[in-house]
Amino acid sequence: MTENNKWIGERTIRPDGAEKVTGSAAFAADTTMPGMIWGSVLRSPHAHARIKSVNTSKAEAHPGVKAVVTAADIVDFPLDIPVALGIQDMRWMCRNVMAREKALFHGHPIAAVAATSEAIAAEACKLIEVEYEVLPHTIEIDDALAPDAPILHDFIEFEGKPSNIAGTLEHIKGDIEAGFAEADVVIERDFTTRPVHQGYIEPHACLVSVAADGKATIWSSSQGQFMVRAMTGMLTGIPQSDIRAIPAEIGGGFGGKTIVYLEPLATILSKKSGRPVKMIMSREDVMRASGPTSGSKSTVKIGAKKDGTITAAEGVYWLQAGGLPGSPIRGAIGCALAPYDIPNGRTFAYDVVSNRSKVAAYRAPGAPIGAFGVECVLDEIAEELGIDPLDLRLKNAAKEGTKAVHGPTYPLMGYVESLEAAKVHDHYKAPLGPNQGRGVASGFWFNAAGESSAQVNITEDGNVVITTGHPDVGGSRAGIANICAEILGIDYNRISVLIGDTATIGFSNLTGGSRVLFASAMVVTESTNKVIGTLCELAAKIWDIDPDAVNWEDGEARPAGANAGQFPPLTLEELAARANESGGPIGASTQLNTKGAEGGFGTHICDVEVDHELGIVRVLRYTVLQDVGRAVHPSYVEGQLQGGAVQAIGWALNEEYIYNKEGHVDNPGFLDYRMPVASDLPMIDTYIIEIPNPNHPQGVRGVGEVPLVPGLAAVRNAVYDALGVRFNDLPMSPPKVVEALDMAEAAE
Amino acid sequence: MTDTQYMAPQTLDEAVSAFAAGGDTARILAGGTDLLVQMRAGMVEPGVIVDIKKIAELNSIEETPDGSFIIGAAVSGAVLAEHPTFGKVWPGVLEGLNLIGSTQVQGRASAGGNLCNGSPAGDSVPSMLAADAILTIQGPNGRREMAVQDFPAGPGRTNLEAGEILVNIILPPRAPGSSDAYLRMIPRTEMDIAVVGVGVSLTIENGTCTAARVGLGAVAPTVLLVQEAADALIGSTLDAAALDAAAAACSAACNPIDDKRGTITYRTKVAGVLLKRSIGIAADRAKGV
Amino acid sequence: MAKMHISTTINGEPTEYLCEPNDTMLDVLRNELNMTGSKEGCGSGDCGSCSITLDDRLVCSCLMLAAEANGAKIETIEGMAEGEKLHPLQQKFLESAALQCGICTPGMLIAAKSLLEENPDPTETEVRYWLAGNLCRCTGYDKIIRAVLDTAADMRGAA
Repeated sequence: MTENNKWIGERTIRPDGAEKVTGSAAFAADTTMPGMIWGSVLRSPHAHARIKSVNTSKAEAHPGVKAVVTAADIVDFPLDIPVALGIQDMRWMCRNVMAREKALFHGHPIAAVAATSEAIAAEACKLIEVEYEVLPHTIEIDDALAPDAPILHDFIEFEGKPSNIAGTLEHIKGDIEAGFAEADVVIERDFTTRPVHQGYIEPHACLVSVAADGKATIWSSSQGQFMVRAMTGMLTGIPQSDIRAIPAEIGGGFGGKTIVYLEPLATILSKKSGRPVKMIMSREDVMRASGPTSGSKSTVKIGAKKDGTITAAEGVYWLQAGGLPGSPIRGAIGCALAPYDIPNGRTFAYDVVSNRSKVAAYRAPGAPIGAFGVECVLDEIAEELGIDPLDLRLKNAAKEGTKAVHGPTYPLMGYVESLEAAKVHDHYKAPLGPNQGRGVASGFWFNAAGESSAQVNITEDGNVVITTGHPDVGGSRAGIANICAEILGIDYNRISVLIGDTATIGFSNLTGGSRVLFASAMVVTESTNKVIGTLCELAAKIWDIDPDAVNWEDGEARPAGANAGQFPPLTLEELAARANESGGPIGASTQLNTKGAEGGFGTHICDVEVDHELGIVRVLRYTVLQDVGRAVHPSYVEGQLQGGAVQAIGWALNEEYIYNKEGHVDNPGFLDYRMPVASDLPMIDTYIIEIPNPNHPQGVRGVGEVPLVPGLAAVRNAVYDALGVRFNDLPMSPPKVVEALDMAEAAE
Repeated sequence: MTDTQYMAPQTLDEAVSAFAAGGDTARILAGGTDLLVQMRAGMVEPGVIVDIKKIAELNSIEETPDGSFIIGAAVSGAVLAEHPTFGKVWPGVLEGLNLIGSTQVQGRASAGGNLCNGSPAGDSVPSMLAADAILTIQGPNGRREMAVQDFPAGPGRTNLEAGEILVNIILPPRAPGSSDAYLRMIPRTEMDIAVVGVGVSLTIENGTCTAARVGLGAVAPTVLLVQEAADALIGSTLDAAALDAAAAACSAACNPIDDKRGTITYRTKVAGVLLKRSIGIAADRAKGV
Repeated sequence: MAKMHISTTINGEPTEYLCEPNDTMLDVLRNELNMTGSKEGCGSGDCGSCSITLDDRLVCSCLMLAAEANGAKIETIEGMAEGEKLHPLQQKFLESAALQCGICTPGMLIAAKSLLEENPDPTETEVRYWLAGNLCRCTGYDKIIRAVLDTAADMRGAA
């Protein structure tokens, strides 16, 4: 795996590790400043209501209250002019951070207060008088599409009529009618999934201090300090050059922290009060009012010949967007069929608004929903044709040169390898006991590239400080240090890796899209190479030879060949000590819009055991096989595979949003929003495949998102193998398992 | 500044006085694993919090010469688990208490608190019902006893009078050949509120069940003592027919709701399933298996 | 009621603070004492990221009133290392990559330390059930469980 590498592929200790294990790492809620006051949000008690008036005078008069913010303080983005920021539209962002015309979900912010204590701020919120015209609400997709459904936005029309369908997207390849006509077997099924939350343990939090001259400093838990700066700037009207956004350590995001909720509010409160303002979401606020992902319904139809060749495939998807448009339909339709070489394919998705909080990204957004139905139908086709489910996938596997239904032609990648490795893995051969079953599934995620910046600076004592631009959610600092150590040929422990803020590092795109190591590695590689260039020039100057005659090896400058001269090598420390003899400080900066990210593919094997009487499904064994390009730091690569798989297990078995008749979330806490606990799970085995990405200096592919994609169907297919019941609706919670078993028994 | 007051009296009399004087908004604090959750959720803003953990009688475990156990109401599950003999005599009562929440919660949560919180799903309660526990209560009018099955009054409510504090839980001496068990259904392996909880206590002599009590939780507004289930078991050899009858009696006794944790149909079915399984465990324990 | 004056011992050091009667121990640790190593993930005892020990008993500090610490012995993550000498669990977590974002890590370490003090030779199942009250969303628990088992073995070997 490491091919003569010294550091790439090593399980080094992460640079931020000691702080994290001693509790001294500063997460956003851990930050304080002298004079700090607390912000609290008044949230809509109604799932759907027109806001007729907001009167904050009593709150403002309350002792201890220093400032109040309402929608009037947030920049308005008119509904008829789209304003894009990344994948977000500011028209929706400005209405999401604070309700304007309407409250669109229970928990939607209406106003916010800053006061000298959390308790006073919360009391003062209760003094804000809001006149609501309560409207009927709608939550579920079918209800939102019904002819008499309450329409959330009169500016949204579909087929010429006011609608809750905010948009559609489609991919087509070939002729699916003809394709289905050629098939020997055609299977079409309907599926549903419930909304789920990213489940990060750290609630959203920020501390903002606006100085008297209007310059703002923001510490926040986010997946992108540049996004925080841009969104806060656009929503408050403060120029971005007057905002310094500092990324605190982040306690999990999984996509849910790629937009802002609190920062613009805290900024305005701080500006008005002249005091630093801290705001933290409660767990209940996180569950109700951050961005859990879409629930969905879909219909998937696949046709195949007797020998297993897929002739056509079609997936039609409906995804919940929440109160404002923007569900991850692109991910659903793009990834659903991506692992397969299909001559005729169509995927189509509807973006449906309803009265729940606006969805945010969740690890491969849309792809788990897209893949679920496809991987389930493939399982059924395999059984129908008497073909092993891995063999069915191998027969139709996308390879280098395959043109995917969603458009691109694939370069060299390792999907076939993941299937072949699964076939021969011990897990696949292990015997199963009574009430046990095994399932497999595959999945894909696009992976992003995008802007990244890095500075590599040599210290006067000959060590290295790297500053990069992406918050570290999963150990990327360690991977970055591995790469720099490898290139420079020095000990890993001589390298410090820091994450800069918007003032101290160049623009870098979000920590998301499985891009952090991909993009950081490129700019760190380039900066390190530039530094090596400078070091060689300095050595050349000292030796009075041509810079081309100097090589850099194992942390030293060496003459290139005997003709260059018999000079003893100059180490990094020696050159650093003589830095003032060179043209300038020894360091380099690179800012790139990186390109060349290629998609990731994975295959999962899952074993379950089912208690028939109680309907409880337990995962007994799980293996994740994935092409990661290059495992720069194997432990953190494994960690992504394991973490994603466990989120999929939760999504498949017990996680779901439950709404009551008033449209309120009935389970806004970790007691009844049931994420997997340690005792629910076995070890999660991983098998790392390395087919290097030809576009990347270290061959890196994005790793983090693919592992969630196959898991829903892998668990579901295992449950089918154990029980003989196909669940097309998630989660497979115990009452539903028992009900399905009872129905199957009654049918016999 | 909050209006809530906190006190930690050393004697039961002081506690009763303060609790009674505090009226409707007074709350008792033992482990705090219900009270603090309710405070944070805004469900209660206590006027006075009376911490009972310094009162000896409420925090001790006594095994009397005749084999009864007297468990102070504030004793935590973790402390009770460390008692050298309690878990051998009442494994079902102990396991019910120590299934509540997590290790952290078990370090604080008490059987007394679990009872007084009045949740129909309280994990410690079915086994205490099956054990035929007697509760000692002290209030402004003095001390009295109450059978545990008379204690729950409805969801979140008990039959304590104003100003009364639960002092201890008395478990009777065990006849030879007796044991108990608690089983619950939860979707995960830990951390969930019981969807159904069953506590059974049995005495077996020469292969015949001579005594039985069945407590059923989370399927009605209060925990239920299911006499019909016990009757089906008493006098039997715990054969399949007896178990079927007892299971059916449990299902019939259910009066559950559909909620975010389970449906009526599901709970009713599971009550019967758990009854059979818990009998099996209690019987094995009673026979010394 | 005016604020209460509490005298306690935290990580071996006598500590005093003022608190409201309804402040939790977590509130006081984080906001009064600036000991932000214990985290608030839920505030309702369901995630374990606020774990501390109270008189050597593993508890959630969000489920304990700060007033209850009077006269008691409190240990938090800040006391787990001795100066720059990490506890074997802390060191093993680093070596085994048993953390990704790190927010659950302080609670997880306090809970694991408590386990090994009670049971120096736990099985994998015992570790998983002991730690069931410590939620982690990043790791899927695999590397955490391995780190705890490996540390237990090391500590038994060294004993």
